[in-house]
Amino acid sequence: MLDLVWLIPALPLLGFLVLLVLGRKLGDPVAGYFATAMVGLSFLVTVGVFLDLMSLDAEARTEQVTTLFSWVAVGGLHIDLAFLADPLSITMCLFVTGIGTLIHLYAVGYMHGDSRFSKFFLYLNLFAFSMLMLVLGSNMLVTFLGWEGVGTCSYFLISFWHERESAATAGKKAFVTNRVGDWGFMMAMFFAFWAVGSLDYLHINEAAESLSVTTATAIALFAFVGACGKSAQLPLYVWLPDAMEGPTPVSALIHAATMVTAGVYLMCRISPLFEVTADYAGTIIAVVGAVTALFAATIAVSQNDIKKVLAYSTVSQLGFMFLAVGSGAYVAAIFHMVTHAFFKALLFLGSGSVIHGMHHEQDMRRMGALRKFMPITFGTFIVGWLAIAGVPPFSGFWSKDEILLAAYDKSIVLWAVGLVTALLTAFYMTRQVIMVFYGEARWHDAHEEHGAHGDYHAHDTEPHESPWMMVLPLVVLAVLSFAGGFINMPFSHETEKLATWLEPVLHPHETDTAKLPLALAAIAAGLVGIAIGFAVYYFKKLKPVEPKILLDGWGYDRAISNFMGGPGRKAFDAIAWADAHLVDGAVNGTGKLVQATAGKARRVQTGNLRNYAAAVGVGVVLLLTWFVIVRGIL
Amino acid sequence: MMELFVFVVAAAMVLGGAIGVIVSKHPVHAALSLILTLFGVAVLFVAQEANFLAAVQVIVYAGAIVVLFLFVIMLLGVDNAENLRIEPFKIQRPLAAVVSVAVFALVVTAVFVARDASTAATGTGLEVLGDDGTPIHDGNIKALARDLFSDHVLAFELTSVLLVIAVVGTVLLARKPRKADLQEVGS
Amino acid sequence: MLASIVTTEWYLVLAAMLFSIGMVGVMVRRNPLVLFMCIELMLNAVNLTFVAFARQNGDIGGQTTVFFVMVVAAAEVVVGLGIIVAILRRRPTATTDDLAELKG
Repeated sequence: MLDLVWLIPALPLLGFLVLLVLGRKLGDPVAGYFATAMVGLSFLVTVGVFLDLMSLDAEARTEQVTTLFSWVAVGGLHIDLAFLADPLSITMCLFVTGIGTLIHLYAVGYMHGDSRFSKFFLYLNLFAFSMLMLVLGSNMLVTFLGWEGVGTCSYFLISFWHERESAATAGKKAFVTNRVGDWGFMMAMFFAFWAVGSLDYLHINEAAESLSVTTATAIALFAFVGACGKSAQLPLYVWLPDAMEGPTPVSALIHAATMVTAGVYLMCRISPLFEVTADYAGTIIAVVGAVTALFAATIAVSQNDIKKVLAYSTVSQLGFMFLAVGSGAYVAAIFHMVTHAFFKALLFLGSGSVIHGMHHEQDMRRMGALRKFMPITFGTFIVGWLAIAGVPPFSGFWSKDEILLAAYDKSIVLWAVGLVTALLTAFYMTRQVIMVFYGEARWHDAHEEHGAHGDYHAHDTEPHESPWMMVLPLVVLAVLSFAGGFINMPFSHETEKLATWLEPVLHPHETDTAKLPLALAAIAAGLVGIAIGFAVYYFKKLKPVEPKILLDGWGYDRAISNFMGGPGRKAFDAIAWADAHLVDGAVNGTGKLVQATAGKARRVQTGNLRNYAAAVGVGVVLLLTWFVIVRGIL
Repeated sequence: MMELFVFVVAAAMVLGGAIGVIVSKHPVHAALSLILTLFGVAVLFVAQEANFLAAVQVIVYAGAIVVLFLFVIMLLGVDNAENLRIEPFKIQRPLAAVVSVAVFALVVTAVFVARDASTAATGTGLEVLGDDGTPIHDGNIKALARDLFSDHVLAFELTSVLLVIAVVGTVLLARKPRKADLQEVGS
Repeated sequence: MLASIVTTEWYLVLAAMLFSIGMVGVMVRRNPLVLFMCIELMLNAVNLTFVAFARQNGDIGGQTTVFFVMVVAAAEVVVGLGIIVAILRRRPTATTDDLAELKG
């Protein structure tokens, strides 16, 4: 099955092509089922490859490269379209295709009745293809192909309801911000090629020891810039909250589980470089991750849109993953990536179910007491809430705890920041749960306001539970969110299954610190957060603190647009002016200069014979002078 | 002594004729002055034992070329006197004076500075030696012919071609255009 | 060879004078025919120089060169006068200053 690894991205690509041609004819819901089937089959192939890989020994698992064809052969640059099926990439593929299938199924129910139903699935399949290329690529260029592909699909899907201007703008914002990060990726590629002569991961990682400190640091930090763009870290996170304009399945798949993790994946892929980089490289990454986590968590505390809370929460959790990468705990980062994929997808899909049941109402202030009307959604949402809050034995606790342990080893300050963020996470999630599912029903107050993306259902007064297609994935994800942590329990080497599996690719994080006190601290932080949340919003004992500045995201977005619109615009105008006048002016000026000179010079040709004779005479005198006087006789 | 006398007289003829050419208002007068110059040069050729060239000078230059000039003057009727008082380009005359004086000075300088430079005699000599080793009398033509037809025979042949081309070309140039040709060109 | 008062330099100086006078004529005269005659003066000066050197160096090559100069001068005069005839036929009163159509 290993040599069929190319099928994994090929199946969604096939789905894309078929839907491109036949989508509209297949219609709602066959197109959706078809797309789901493609991704589902891809998942089965992934499982097959996974089992095959397990049967090999640890060393051999890192070398399984399947080459399809030679892609670029120019001078010293040889790049093949090849896939590297090693533990890291197959782990990513498993949850990408697995969760992808669930979300495709969910989307069949969510997008029912939309006028561009088949187009949606076309884009989703294209996205799946790109993401799988990204993850399976055996060299940086194939990864970059996938990288750009997911960026493009993200643009398509965010602005899916493009009649709404805010959606169109959000799509553009996402694409442009990603592009800024892509510059970093490209610089990393250039440096890698220049230093190593190849873009293959196996070559780069093998040559890591021979690289100079500067080169390795350069590659790592530039790749991190790219990762910041794709994984929404400071300062390039601004697109993610706006990306909630897209339909909820998009938010769940792309902006929670898969695309945003590409940055973390890339950093883990080139992790051998971190053995050689300067110390400050890891510190920078860890600090950026921690600061982003805290920053986003504070903003999430005062958001009122159900999806925006989750968006900022995603930014925050991604910050945790980068904190792990910066602290050298790559396995912890991947572990958290997996568990986060489970519970964040669950939370997003749950919120989508709520939105669907509330006839596209997204403002949490108009929800409440929904647990009676949407029991299954409620139950699964609770599981997700407990997972993200870090309550054992749910999966989120185990992965977050490992990250905090690595952070503690790196620096106590970082650990403290992580701990505070964990507390805030628990707090705002509790707030969300209470506002949505508990309390009094507040939706009677605002019948006139609809969700902006059209109202397909008859205007019921009561919210209802969602159909089975939407509920089934919720249940599956809930089970995974509960049990997902068991793949890597820290008790002993045998229970650390994920670490062992990833070992040949990612060096494990060695630590002597006692785990139990830190674990208790993490649990305490989570419980305290939950308790405060209940105290403020349920029992109403404390006043809610939701300052406007946090709602505005610390004014960061506005600062960027002011800068770009004001000085930024002036700078661009100046550059355009310089191009038109200086660059073009130089070219035109040369032409004009030649014309002017020629215009003056042609006056020499008077046409008069005697003038020419005089000129000849003068020339003769000069020549003779040179020969006779300067050179001394002819 | 004789040579000095001959030289002075011939030089006077040459320079007199030259100045006559450049100051004559009438082109016919200028042509006649030119003949005087050419005769003077021919005399100087004889004084330098270039007998054949002197003869050719008189026959070709004075006898053919100047006659041709006179033919053209008479044919075209361009024998009107030129007004030498006016000069459209103010700078031309001073410039001409300066240039000619400068050239003269430079050449004279070159002559007198290089007068002691050694010169190797290359090529064939001026004299043709007879059977007994002494130069034969009036061997100038023989010497010239010997050089012309051995070392410079290619140039000689080419000049014949040149002359043919010149004649043919000029005949074509100077033809009166026929009425039929004009109409052909015009239509 | 030259055991006389008139040495080669005299001839060379005379030729230089003749040449200069010819140059003045070329630059000053406006009648095309007279202009041509001044050019003939310059050519004669050159011939004189060649012959003087031929005598000084004992090389007949100088005289051969004069021979060729005369031939070419003849050809040149023929063609030049042909052109002048062609031009002046239309415009009998033209001087060199009027024949300035080729100005840039």
